[in-house]
Amino acid sequence: MRQVLGTAMVAAALLLAGVSANPARANEDRIVVDGSTTVGPIAKAFAEYLMANRPGVNIPVSESGSGNGAKSLINGVCDVADMSRFMKDSEFKAATEKGVMPVAHVVAMDGIAIVLHPSNPVTDLTVEQVRDIYTGKIKNWKDVGGPNMRIVMISRDTNSGTYETFEKLVMSKQEIDSSAEYVGSNGQARARVQSTPAAIAYVGLGFVDRTVKALRINGVEPTRATVASGVYPIARPLFMFTNGYPKLGTPLHAFVTLHLTPKGQEIIDAIGFVPVTCYPPTTSLVEDREQSDK
Amino acid sequence: MSNQISSTVSLRGLTGQRSRKALLLSKRASRLRRLAALLGHGLLLLITSSSALAVLFIFFFIARDAIPFFKLRGFAEFLSANAWYPTHDPPHFGALAIFVGSGLVTLGAALVAVPLGVLSAVCLSDVLPFATRQLVKPVIEVLAAIPSVAYGFFALVVFAPLLQEQGGIVLAIAWYCLAAPLAALLIFVLSDMLAARFANRNRGVRAMLALLLGLPLATGTWVIGQHLYAIQIGSGANAFNVSLILGLMALPTVVSVSEDALQSVGRELREGAYALGATRSEVLTRVVMPAAASGICAAVILGIMRAIGETMVVWMASGNASQIPKPWYNLLEPVRTLTATIAGDMGEADHVTGSARYHVLFAMALVLLTISFVCNLVSEQVVRRSAMKNR
Repeated sequence: MRQVLGTAMVAAALLLAGVSANPARANEDRIVVDGSTTVGPIAKAFAEYLMANRPGVNIPVSESGSGNGAKSLINGVCDVADMSRFMKDSEFKAATEKGVMPVAHVVAMDGIAIVLHPSNPVTDLTVEQVRDIYTGKIKNWKDVGGPNMRIVMISRDTNSGTYETFEKLVMSKQEIDSSAEYVGSNGQARARVQSTPAAIAYVGLGFVDRTVKALRINGVEPTRATVASGVYPIARPLFMFTNGYPKLGTPLHAFVTLHLTPKGQEIIDAIGFVPVTCYPPTTSLVEDREQSDK
Repeated sequence: MSNQISSTVSLRGLTGQRSRKALLLSKRASRLRRLAALLGHGLLLLITSSSALAVLFIFFFIARDAIPFFKLRGFAEFLSANAWYPTHDPPHFGALAIFVGSGLVTLGAALVAVPLGVLSAVCLSDVLPFATRQLVKPVIEVLAAIPSVAYGFFALVVFAPLLQEQGGIVLAIAWYCLAAPLAALLIFVLSDMLAARFANRNRGVRAMLALLLGLPLATGTWVIGQHLYAIQIGSGANAFNVSLILGLMALPTVVSVSEDALQSVGRELREGAYALGATRSEVLTRVVMPAAASGICAAVILGIMRAIGETMVVWMASGNASQIPKPWYNLLEPVRTLTATIAGDMGEADHVTGSARYHVLFAMALVLLTISFVCNLVSEQVVRRSAMKNR
C-alpha cells in the first residue's frame, strides 16, 4: 500500500514538476525525496521544518525502500534518495551511465540496542553470543551467566529496517532460529521484554528506557558517544544521496545539510537516531536522554 | 409467436369483459415490453450475481499473483518444509509450520468456542427464563462488536503477562471452566438415560448412577487441573493465548447461529416430546438438538472460519514464530499463522513486485481462500444432507 502510494506520489510529483532529471533543476523550490523506510522519518521531519521556515518550498517524501530510492535517483525521479545502506556497485554503475553522480551525506547514525528484562543479571554479551542466542545455539540464560531460564527470543518482523540492520550487523548470513517470536514494532518488542523475564529483543536506540536493560556489547555500552564514534558494534550510518553536491544556498543544499545544524540534530535525536557529532563520554543512554529532556 | 398469443390471452383474462381491442398490444409495443422484461431480468441477475462475481474476481486476482510463486519455487518446498526465511539469502519459503500454526490456533479456538457456544445456545433457548435470556443474549452479542485490535491489545498487554506470571492458575481455571460444566452435563444426561432403562425409574437409582459416574469424572478433572496448575509458561504470546481470545471472538457467532437453529425447531416438537413423558434432558438431547443439528453444524463451521480468518489478534499475540510446536499439540508454544504472515510481510520494505517473496503471500492467501471455500462447501453439504434426513 505504502509502496503504491509512494509511486503514486512520485508520479504525481513528476507530473506537477513537469521535469525529468537534469542536474540544472527546473524548480529549485521542489525537492522530491524517496527511499528507505528507516531514514524516511528523518526526511519527513526535515521537510516539515524546511517547509515551515522557507515559504514556497515543497518537499514530498515517500518511503519505498533503499533499493527503490536508489533506482529513483538513478532514473531522475527524485532529488534525494534516502538509504539505510551504501549504494551497491551495480547502482553506482547504472547511475554514472545515466550521468547521475551520487554524493553521499551521512545524516545520522542508527544503533540497535539489545535489551533484556531488568531482573536478568546478564549485563554483557559479545556479538557472537547474541548471534548464537538468535540462531538457537544458546538456549538457556545459564549458558551466558544468567539464571536457569529458557531464552525467549523476540525479533522484529522481516519487513522492518531494524530487522534488516540486525540481520546484517549481528546475524552475518545466519538464520534466526524458528522459535523466535516476531513483533510488528519497536514499541511492541520493548513491551514484550518489559513483561517477560526470560526475553531478549533488539530495538532502535530511541526505544531504550528504564523499563528494560540495554546490554553492553563486546564490553561497549550503547550510548550516543559510542554509536557516533563507531565503537559500539551494532550501528550503521544512514545516508541521503544526491546527484552531485547541491548548488550552495538552494533549498536542496539546506535540506541535506540540515543535520549539521543544532535544529537538525535535535530533530534526529527526537526521532531516536544519533546525530553525527562529537560527544563527551557519558554514563548511559537513558541518563543521556533524561539530561537532554530537562 | 406463441409468446405473443399467450400474452394476449392472459391480458384478455385480466381485463374481463371490457373492450378487448384497446388493450391488445401492437406488435411493436409487445416487443418493447419483452425487451424491457429481458432488461429487467438482466439487471436483477447482474445485481444478484455481483457478489458471486466479486468472489470470482478475488479468486482470479489472487490466483494470478500466486501462480508465479509456484512457477518460481515449485510446490514441494512451500507445502512440506519448515524453514520460513523470506528475506534471507538464499530465501526459504517453507510454509508447513505456518499451516500447522493456523490449524493449531483454529483447533484451540474451536475447543473453546464450540462447547461453550453450543451449550450456551441450548441454555439460552430452552433453559433460561425469557427475561434472563433477553438480558444475557445482547451481552454475548456485544462480544462480536468489540474491534479485533482491542482483543489483540488485551491479549498482548493484559493476558500475555498474566500467563507468564500466573500461567498455572489461568490454565487450571480455563480447564475447570471448560471441563466442569461438560462433566456435570455428561453425568446428568448419562445417568438420566441409564436410569430410564430401569423399569421403576426411581430417584435412588438415578442418584446412585450419578455418583458412580460422577466420582471418576470429577477426580479425573481435578487431577488434570492439578497438573495444569504446576505448569510454568515462558512466553505469554503463544497459541493458547490466541486460541482463547479467538474462541471468545467466535463465541457470539456460534451462540447466535445455533440458538436460531434451536429456536426454529418449534414448539410443537418440544411439547409433543414432553407430552410423551420425556424429561427435559431427553427432550434436549434426543429431540431438539438432533432436529437442529444442521444449524448447529453450520454455526460451528462459521465460528471456525471466523477463527481461521482473524488476523489482528494472531499478529499481535501469537508470537509469530514459524515453528511446529513439540509435541504438535503443545499450545503453550508461540506459533505463526497464515493471516499474520500475510499481514506482517505485506507492506513497506524492499518488496519487488515479481519476486518470490511478494508472490508467496498470494500463494498463502490462495490457500486460505481455498480452505474457507472448502469449509463452506462442506457446511453446505452437511446442512443439505441432514435436511434430507429430517424429511
